Amino acid sequence: MDNNSFLQNRFILSELVKKGIRLKYRRSYLGIIWSLLEPLLTMIVLTIVFGTLMGQDSHTFPVYILCGRLLYGCFSQSTTAALKSIRANSSMIKKVYVPKYLYPVSSIFFNYIIFLISLIVLVAVSLVMGVFPTLYVFQAVVPLFILMLLCIGCGMILSTIGVFFRDMEYLWNVFLMLIMYTCAIFYMPDRLLDSSFGWVLKYNPLYCIISNFRSAIFGELMDMNLMLYSLVFSVVSIILGVYMFKKNEDKFILHI
Amino acid sequence: MSEEVLKVENVGMKFNLNKEKVDSLKEYVIKLLRRELQYNEFWALKDISFTLEKGDRLGILGLNGAGKSTLLKVIAGVFRPTEGTVERKGVLAPLIELGAGFDMQYTGKENIYLYGAVLGYSRKFIDSRIDEIIAFSELKDFIDVPLKNYSSGMKARLGFAIATIVEPDMIILDEVLSVGDAKFKKKSEKKLLDMLDTGVTVLFVSHNLAQVKKICNKAIILEKGKIVAKGNVEEVAKKYEEMTG
Repeated sequence: MDNNSFLQNRFILSELVKKGIRLKYRRSYLGIIWSLLEPLLTMIVLTIVFGTLMGQDSHTFPVYILCGRLLYGCFSQSTTAALKSIRANSSMIKKVYVPKYLYPVSSIFFNYIIFLISLIVLVAVSLVMGVFPTLYVFQAVVPLFILMLLCIGCGMILSTIGVFFRDMEYLWNVFLMLIMYTCAIFYMPDRLLDSSFGWVLKYNPLYCIISNFRSAIFGELMDMNLMLYSLVFSVVSIILGVYMFKKNEDKFILHI
Repeated sequence: MSEEVLKVENVGMKFNLNKEKVDSLKEYVIKLLRRELQYNEFWALKDISFTLEKGDRLGILGLNGAGKSTLLKVIAGVFRPTEGTVERKGVLAPLIELGAGFDMQYTGKENIYLYGAVLGYSRKFIDSRIDEIIAFSELKDFIDVPLKNYSSGMKARLGFAIATIVEPDMIILDEVLSVGDAKFKKKSEKKLLDMLDTGVTVLFVSHNLAQVKKICNKAIILEKGKIVAKGNVEEVAKKYEEMTG
């Protein structure tokens, strides 16, 4: 166990990730299809409410919504799973030794992989709505990578807090709602950006990521300021998260 | 035969026994403001030191709550000791809490990989031994069924089969493993004795003095987290008999 612990940890990580993906949809009839169907259905609802009813009738609006909704979904699901990961695996942690960071990291990875699969929906909807890929689409890799970093950073921080404070789950739900409304998922950000409250969006790293991802999909150059800000934010969150986690991980077992 | 394989030095393990467990932010803030946050410290283990050489078989005796299981978990790496160090060499087979990594929704086969990974096996090793594991556990017909449909005996059999498939350098045994029905019990005892015969190092926790005498050559007695006697198994067993009256 001690000789090649890196390889071994990778094996445990892949087993935990596989477990997460397999079990997430095991008890439903449609299985993994749900990860495609669910964002598609919410997109339809959001398009009807914020598009048709509010008078936003651009035919690319569903694509616009779907981009934001998928990336926000990835963030909210993976951070929530990471927040609960230590408690959810408490029976294992109490009995066998596994490096503890594998629990939050694996729950982020499996949600991220499910998210990548769900991007198929975006491809399909884009083509149907007439948003065809340009060379700029390759830019999408950058915000997607930063999104993963952000999820890991926030996930590590949350998983540490979640061990000591059970009610963090509920607080985080409220916080997620705040993040959702300041991500411009289902509205055009222009008016807000021009107002004196523009900072609400600009300082939200998830908005920066979503905005750059949309640029890639709609064939525009991404905004370097937003990219840098979200990258720095994510890296700092990882450093903070790893520090908090490492400092407290030996105490976890006394609190679960 | 004088190779040191386990060195436990001045190990202490401290727990915080709160009167009430504070695990929500709301409670924490309220108690902090009222200055009611208090921790009762409790040393489950204190100043534990011993070394084992290759092939030693150590019996750990003690009453309930003496810290035996805590000691085993510290040695297995589940608890990080509050003070002191544990140095260990070689492959360890912890036969405590069999099946700790099992997931109830997962099938038997999937659990073999999951639990095997947790125990430190490589994927290749599991691939090569999976038939042997299934055969030993006698669960061939149920191996693709989710574990939640297993009886507790079946789960224990699977856990035992996975944990004992390696050739370990050291095994940790907690109490007598009564696994499954009479037939499987016989089979598992034979497997254990075979493992013991290969000259592995053993840590054995039991209340059964006869069994400890049979298996072990060294012993320690724990009382309230401290070692009160250590040495040759015969001497220590005599002391333990006196203690328990």
